[in-house]
Amino acid sequence: MQVPVPFDYERATSVEHAIGLLARLGPSARLVAGGHSLLPMMKLRLANFEYLIDINDLHNKLGYVKVEPTQIRIGAMTRHRELLESPELLRSFPIFHDAERVIADPLVRNRGTIGGSLCQADPSEDLCAVCTTLDASCVIRGLDGERVVRMADFYRGPYETAVGDAEMLTEVRFPLRPHGSSAYEKVGRRVGDWAVVSCGAAVWMDDGVITDARVGLAAVGPNTTGIPAISQALRGRPPSQDLYAEAGAIAADYCTPVTDQRGSAEYKRHLAAELTRRAMRRAVARVHGREL
Amino acid sequence: MSSLFEEIREPVAGDVPVRRVSITVNGVRRTADVEPRLLLAHLLRQGLGLTGTHTGCDTSNCGACTVLFDGKAIKSCTMLAVQADGHEVTTVEGLAGPSELHPIQEGFKDEHGLQCGFCTPGMMLAAKALLDENPNPTEDEVRWALSGNLCRCTGYQNIVKSVLWAAKKLQSQSAS
Ligand SMILES: Cc1cc2nc3c(=O)[nH]c(=O)nc-3n(C[C@H](O)[C@H](O)[C@H](O)COP(=O)(O)OP(=O)(O)OC[C@H]3O[C@@H](n4cnc5c(N)ncnc54)[C@H](O)[C@@H]3O)c2cc1C
Ligand code: FES
Ligand code: FES
Repeated sequence: MQVPVPFDYERATSVEHAIGLLARLGPSARLVAGGHSLLPMMKLRLANFEYLIDINDLHNKLGYVKVEPTQIRIGAMTRHRELLESPELLRSFPIFHDAERVIADPLVRNRGTIGGSLCQADPSEDLCAVCTTLDASCVIRGLDGERVVRMADFYRGPYETAVGDAEMLTEVRFPLRPHGSSAYEKVGRRVGDWAVVSCGAAVWMDDGVITDARVGLAAVGPNTTGIPAISQALRGRPPSQDLYAEAGAIAADYCTPVTDQRGSAEYKRHLAAELTRRAMRRAVARVHGREL
Repeated sequence: MSSLFEEIREPVAGDVPVRRVSITVNGVRRTADVEPRLLLAHLLRQGLGLTGTHTGCDTSNCGACTVLFDGKAIKSCTMLAVQADGHEVTTVEGLAGPSELHPIQEGFKDEHGLQCGFCTPGMMLAAKALLDENPNPTEDEVRWALSGNLCRCTGYQNIVKSVLWAAKKLQSQSAS
């Protein structure tokens, strides 16, 4: 029986309440959202806290997918399952649907949240790769108000983010741009497992030419990484199998995988290239209304 | 004294936080004093004696501890008992009626959906969550809904058949 060390527990009744508690209790306190990263770590005593502040009652305020003319806003407490089942996301960002189908299992997806996934900042976190691919921004609330941080500046290292001690992630924003689509590819050892490597791709096109492309890889570096060199190489060129292979080669070059129980660094590099090709190919097909 | 012995409990040390929780378990309101670090699975098993909820891996991987939390299937080894305060929990003990098995249980019996039975309570509750939402699932949908529940014995084939059997039975019940 795995049991965490003793801690005290309080339920936050509002975002302000949660932040006030964090400010008062300091770094010995932690928010608990879905609990599916935090509680396993506390049970193994890899993480010990004196206070847990439960933000699940804020789901009615922070669980949403809102579509606006130029962006989609997702509340931090939106659960994996809600992302998987959102028709708005399927239409605008099919990458979410691809990724959520292969994140954990239905039971975990009933609890885990997008906010928890991003703040956990595990190098293998699939939603981090999705948000990086879509050039998302994170809304961080503190005692003195809100700030908005781009994904590129959100990660500070493995398990470290721009969210400070008395701060909370409240929303993730995704810019909506026309003539684009997206896709996600993942290789895991078995159903429900973390990625050996996973890769998100988003492309935007005009007149048969790629106007912009983004790739986000997970599990091949200290944090999920966007790859600017791929965007630069692809802009202004018509899509082709060779071009996808070129993007794959850049991805393999750029990433920094390590050998572990999920595979050798060499194998992961191979996957980074192959999954980049596949995700690009699928995203481009979707721009043309086709499903591969 | 209600039995031949009674355990004398030491008073809890003053500095350990304790919270009172009220949880509706299988339709009955149960109240308990718990340490916030107590997991829901442990409260159900050790506190309330509902040992039908199994703990297998204890690491959120196997689904043996699956219960329904406000109707949704969750892993009770990865939820704190205090988090369930004010909520509804259904365990396998809540499936059968006073005199007869639940159609899902009948299905597992009829289609040989278990061998050692360790995974069975979790499987049945994941199946219930599915059938409550989708009374007529395809085989694929059943496999998808059970994909967080591991079985070391059956090879899953008969588990899937059991759930499809139960879906039919429930539908014919609601039709008549
Ligand atoms: C068996 C299993 C398999 C899994 N497989 C995968 C997988 O394949 N791919 C994948 O990507 N993930 C996987 N996960 C992780 C899963 O997606 C988790 O749900 C997710 O990592 C964390 O979300 P959570 O809401 O549970 O966060 P929690 O565990 O509640 O919190 C995680 C951290 O984030 C902090 N936090 C939470 N919300 C906020 C907020 N709003 N503001 C500031 N800080 C916050 C917490 O304080 C904590 O430090 C798996 C988990 C399990 C148990
Ligand atoms: S005991 Fe809870 S998932 Fe295995
Ligand atoms: S019947 Fe033995 S684990 Fe499933």
